[in-house]
Amino acid sequence: MTISAPTMLHPESPAHNDVPVDLGLKPSGADRVFNSVLAGSSTVSLLVLVGVLGFLCFYGFPALRVAGFGLFTDKTWSPETGQFGMLPLLVGSVAIAIIGVGVAFPISISTALMINEYGPRRLKPVLTAVIDLLATVPSIVYGFWGLELVSGLQAAPAKWLVRWVSFVPVFRTYSPGQYTNSIFACGLICAVTIIPIITSISREVMAQAPRDVCEASLGLGGTRWGMVTDVILPFSRNGILGAVLLGFGRGLGETFIVVLVLSSGNHMTSALLGPSGLGSIALQITEYFVTSQGIAQDALILLGLVLFLTTLAVNVAARLIVERPNRAM
Amino acid sequence: MVQTLEATRQDPPPPAPVPDRPNRRVSIPLDSALELGFSVISAVALVWFSFAVAGIVGALGFATCCLAGSFVIYGFVCWRLHGVLLMKDRLATLAIWSGAFVAFIPLVAVIWFVVFKGGPVVVAHFPGFFLKDFARFQANAPVTAVGAGAAIVGTMEQVGLATLFSVPLGILTATYLVNNRNVFARLVSNVVDAMSGAPAIIPGIYVYLLWVRPQKETGQTGFAAALALSVMMLPIVTRAAQEVISIVPGSLREAALALGSPQWRSELRVTLPTARIGLVTAMILGIARVAGETAPVFLNTGGNPNYNWNPFSGKQDDLPFRIYQMIQQPGVNSTREAWGVSFVLVLVVVFLFFLARLIGSKKPGPSRWRRLFAARKRLAQGNEQ
Repeated sequence: MTISAPTMLHPESPAHNDVPVDLGLKPSGADRVFNSVLAGSSTVSLLVLVGVLGFLCFYGFPALRVAGFGLFTDKTWSPETGQFGMLPLLVGSVAIAIIGVGVAFPISISTALMINEYGPRRLKPVLTAVIDLLATVPSIVYGFWGLELVSGLQAAPAKWLVRWVSFVPVFRTYSPGQYTNSIFACGLICAVTIIPIITSISREVMAQAPRDVCEASLGLGGTRWGMVTDVILPFSRNGILGAVLLGFGRGLGETFIVVLVLSSGNHMTSALLGPSGLGSIALQITEYFVTSQGIAQDALILLGLVLFLTTLAVNVAARLIVERPNRAM
Repeated sequence: MVQTLEATRQDPPPPAPVPDRPNRRVSIPLDSALELGFSVISAVALVWFSFAVAGIVGALGFATCCLAGSFVIYGFVCWRLHGVLLMKDRLATLAIWSGAFVAFIPLVAVIWFVVFKGGPVVVAHFPGFFLKDFARFQANAPVTAVGAGAAIVGTMEQVGLATLFSVPLGILTATYLVNNRNVFARLVSNVVDAMSGAPAIIPGIYVYLLWVRPQKETGQTGFAAALALSVMMLPIVTRAAQEVISIVPGSLREAALALGSPQWRSELRVTLPTARIGLVTAMILGIARVAGETAPVFLNTGGNPNYNWNPFSGKQDDLPFRIYQMIQQPGVNSTREAWGVSFVLVLVVVFLFFLARLIGSKKPGPSRWRRLFAARKRLAQGNEQ
């Protein structure tokens, strides 16, 4: 799967931005038909995609009217009994995404630098393809792999953290003695799906750092790390930030890794290292959507709307940041 | 004389073009290699010793501590020998290489798991696993009783239908977006961008509300899943097609128009064929992306262990859904079968990935068939005259 951001990087390619002269000719009948077919299909696409937001709003609204501010004030999520506290779920989803990005960020940046600057030049296309391949593997397979391998592997360090560093509220477990199937394990596995996104976008951005300035910094006797910190990173700061936000959006929307790995709870807690603490929006929807009815299903639609809007905000922010001109150089 | 002199004088050969790329030393001096090697060895020994003394067991913790120990020791060595500046450079190099190494571990580990846990299941009863369905699945039934056939049929039909819906729509939309820069086009472009990052569960809910819920019991079909997949695929295909079409040189389009062709002809006969390879690549990558998505189909197919060839009525199976079902079943057999189905899914997706690479590496231009047809046509015209 190729993740590329050229449209974001070059909103207008400089190669052919010459504007055709308008001769004031009227388009022929066939052209008018052709153009209306194009415009029509664009309209259909727009309607289909905007319809997503419309439907979620329309069907989620009844639940919103019932819930009101209970969305933020209630302690737990249990719409059947009139409890609409979505914070344990939302915080859980965000925590998974933050852990995922936190783990993926250093790895991705070093991978991007390795492919661009440190590694052998002949391997560059191969390594890029391997990163794309990493993005192609379906997330349910990652989830299954994580459930079988990572969730167990991270239990020992998690136990150690709980024993020695539990004065930090994050390094605790909600259910004593259990360390698998936690928010932390989910975040670790989600990091695997976030790595290709951050790597490929930041690699593309870093490749556009001006080569002559890089060579000049080396020619003046700077080390390679000096070139990276003083030329490449300042130049590509915005692109990397945008890539991180896109990765964060991916982590927020990750569904089946969480469904398979997380043993969901419904409690507002800061503990991230054990099961049954925080929940996740995607998990809640997947597990209960088809079987629930009435207000319970509406409430799940409302949850979906919240997730969608959060992701949308993150992605729009990413886009704006990537397109902002860089003032470093 | 002057003439002969001039004739014998030869221009010096033009200087060979100097490749404009950095020429850096590649070989690593023995000293640096030894410094790094012994730092790592001493770090591993130290960590192993302290773990053995303290009685700690754990692979992940051991690896992390070894890495951290290597950093400290190597940093100290470099600092004493070469000073701060080179220490920073060496440590950064080590960090970048180890970070990159870590990035490739999960891919290797996943492929390892899929091949060595799923491969034997598929190979053990080779044609059967692709033909049978899961109707005779029981917790302790032999693995040979079941197969991913029904799921393969479901995935092919659903992804095929989704491709049928979203690819033409996506390419037409992309053509519109490239040719128009008005407010509407910007709006569509922004919406497409925003939707391409939406969580995968959202199209699932959308199609459930739009299509499945109004029909009550009979709503969950392969067709509904195909709708959800196409909602997910549309932004992917549109964005990719937009990129591919926008890099077709404007001069080609202008030339077609200047030769008197109407706009529709220049788009359909010049621009799109030029971008053909990129469009096919975009389509295949879109297919590979949605073929493995579980969330959009999860709410809409309902799952069905039996064969159902008709996507328009009745619940249908597909590969990701079957993997999920088998993971949820208790027992060792179901886990093995889940790995078997994962193997099939990864095989399909990786095949599509390499197919896209293969096609994408071709040169643009008229296809072999097109050239053949053109040659035959010219031949026929020649015969008539």
